[in-house]
Amino acid sequence: MIVPVSYYLVLSAILFGLGVVAFVFKRNVITIFMSIELMLNAVNLAFVAFARAHNQLDGLVFVFFVIVVAAAEAAVGLAIVIMLARNRESLNVERVNLLKF
Amino acid sequence: MPILSHLWIILALPLAGSAVNGLLGKRWPKSAVNSVAIGAVSLTFLAVVELVREFLYLPVDQIPYVGNYFTWMAAGNFRVDFALQVDQLTVVMLLVVSFVGMLIHIYSTGYMAHQGGYYRFFSYLNLFMFFMLTLVLAANLVVMFVGWEGVGLCSYLLIGFWFLKKSAADAGKKAFITTRIGDLGFTIGILFVFATFQSVDFGTIFKDLAQNPRSEALLTTICILLFTGAVGKSAQLPLYVWLPDAMEGPTPVSALIHAATMVTAGVYMVARMNPLFSRAPIAMLIVAIVGAVTAFYAATIGLMQTDIKKVLAYSTVSQLGYMFLGCGVGAYAAGIFHLMTHAFFKGLLFLCAGSVIHAMGDEQDMMKMGGLRKKIPITYWTMLIATLAIAGIPGFAGFFSKDEILEAAQSGPHANWILWLLGVAGAALTSFYMFRLVFLTFFGKPRYDEHEVHVHESPRNMTVPLMILAFCSIFGGWFAAPKLIGGIDHFSKFLDPVFTMYAPAATESAAVVSESAASPGLALFHALTGWPVIVAILGLLVAWWFYIKSPETPKKLAQSMHGLYSLIFHKYYVDEIYAALIVRPLLWISTNVLWHVVDEKIIDGTVNGVGTAARESGGEMRKLQSGNTRSYAAWVVIGAVGFTVLLLVVLGMR
Repeated sequence: MIVPVSYYLVLSAILFGLGVVAFVFKRNVITIFMSIELMLNAVNLAFVAFARAHNQLDGLVFVFFVIVVAAAEAAVGLAIVIMLARNRESLNVERVNLLKF
Repeated sequence: MPILSHLWIILALPLAGSAVNGLLGKRWPKSAVNSVAIGAVSLTFLAVVELVREFLYLPVDQIPYVGNYFTWMAAGNFRVDFALQVDQLTVVMLLVVSFVGMLIHIYSTGYMAHQGGYYRFFSYLNLFMFFMLTLVLAANLVVMFVGWEGVGLCSYLLIGFWFLKKSAADAGKKAFITTRIGDLGFTIGILFVFATFQSVDFGTIFKDLAQNPRSEALLTTICILLFTGAVGKSAQLPLYVWLPDAMEGPTPVSALIHAATMVTAGVYMVARMNPLFSRAPIAMLIVAIVGAVTAFYAATIGLMQTDIKKVLAYSTVSQLGYMFLGCGVGAYAAGIFHLMTHAFFKGLLFLCAGSVIHAMGDEQDMMKMGGLRKKIPITYWTMLIATLAIAGIPGFAGFFSKDEILEAAQSGPHANWILWLLGVAGAALTSFYMFRLVFLTFFGKPRYDEHEVHVHESPRNMTVPLMILAFCSIFGGWFAAPKLIGGIDHFSKFLDPVFTMYAPAATESAAVVSESAASPGLALFHALTGWPVIVAILGLLVAWWFYIKSPETPKKLAQSMHGLYSLIFHKYYVDEIYAALIVRPLLWISTNVLWHVVDEKIIDGTVNGVGTAARESGGEMRKLQSGNTRSYAAWVVIGAVGFTVLLLVVLGMR
């Protein structure tokens, strides 16, 4: 029995939705970071599902790219988070609001 | 050297003099500036004399002689050449302008000796000579217009020569703007001429006109437009107001520009365009009426002035009126004759007035002079000669020319007794106010503090030009003298070709008839006992009665006719009326509408409004940038959702 594509897509949508909600409502910068990863992986899941459904490699190639970018992003992002923690002694994004008008 | 084939030399000399003095003269001593300026005009005068000598040997069929130098502009069938021409009228004008101009240059070296801006003065004066000679030599209307505007520019520069004095700067502006009103008419007239004749060249226009008659209405329109320019330039009613104010300039300028030469440009132009005017009787009548009325009107204002130069200024306006009267009744030669004699005696009067002012230490009010006869005898005698000349006392230059004009107004082909009467009345007033000036200035007891004012005769370089001009003021009119004893009027005969060459057929015979009318003895008797002479002597006697015999009479008369006296004393309130009708409404509109509404509200409002709108909307928008990361996240989500909805629902991309 083959699992239908729509199942994967629904799962992907749910994961992405959770990521968005966490991204908007959470205050901890690490959590926000993780919610971004969640959204990326939800997209990866959709790519993989489509690649398999259409029997093509394009989706898989994209997935590799997303993983590479996510790794790079994690490296830079975590560095920023560490600097933030050192300077502010807090991980609350509400307190990082200097860059404004 | 054949000047005739190198006419440009006459223009190049004063222009070079002006350029050299204007560019280099600042650091030069006065003697160097003098030699450049006087050298330039003297050479110009010599060149003109040589030109006249050559001209007199020119065969008749080569007159007018035209020298075409280059095509100045050509667009479609509009073509203007830089061309100069010489005919009898040009010769007369050239001689007058260069001769009087030269004398006044020499006089100025004395008069301006203690003034600042010496080099500037002579640079302007030479530049004026250049433009005036351009005006006179021009072979087409456009080159003439260049000279016409150029002399206006020099007039402006020289009236406002002492530009730190507000009244002088204002007078310069007034002169420039007032004449500009007339020049608008002149410009439109030139365009009309081109539209009608497809040319602006005098010879082409006149030949065309002689062969193809045009409608009288069209010619009348053209003539009136051209005459508007003359009204502004020659200070006739209603645009005369600038000339009295122009007396703010140095006195030699008043003599050269505002008496002898520039202001006569209008008369010259009317005479030059005589083939057109002769075919437009209504325009001629208007010229004559404006001339006669101005002659009388300005003379009445002259009666009451106490500033010695203002009297002469109104006198100039009045005498220019006589010239237009002459042209208007068809006696162009008489008008030009009066132009020439006027250049001599009015130039002389102004130079004498300058000498008086110089002697009195810059005092211009005649009420603070008196008894100067013995102290400055040369000035006194030359001024007396000029006064006798302008009053029209027989034997002096003004007598012959004024008599010719009035005779033409009385019995010429376009005679009109009302115009004649105005002319004669004006002659009486002229005689009165001129002798009033002489009596107030030179006779009676001194009305100044003799300890403070050291009256002294002017230096030689001022008195010699006075004496030369005095000589001309006596004998300058004698060209016409043989006419009175049955001979011919040499001046009119010389100019005749200019005015008969393209004249309409009818007036040609009339001119011949009027010349050979009376018998010799009768003509002399008639001229000597005619009304102009009687009223001139009457004016002299009344002035003598008023200002020497019983000085109380004028005061009593002023009290008994107070209304009329104050009306004339305030120059008929014309300046005030112009201010109320034109200047102040214009100023009000400029201030309250153009400045405060159009400029400040509409133009500034638009420009500033764009800036303010950008800044204020930016000020509101920047509040969106809160610095709070989560609000940015929310905006991203809202944006993404918005786009998705847009794509799926609104654009229906499924």
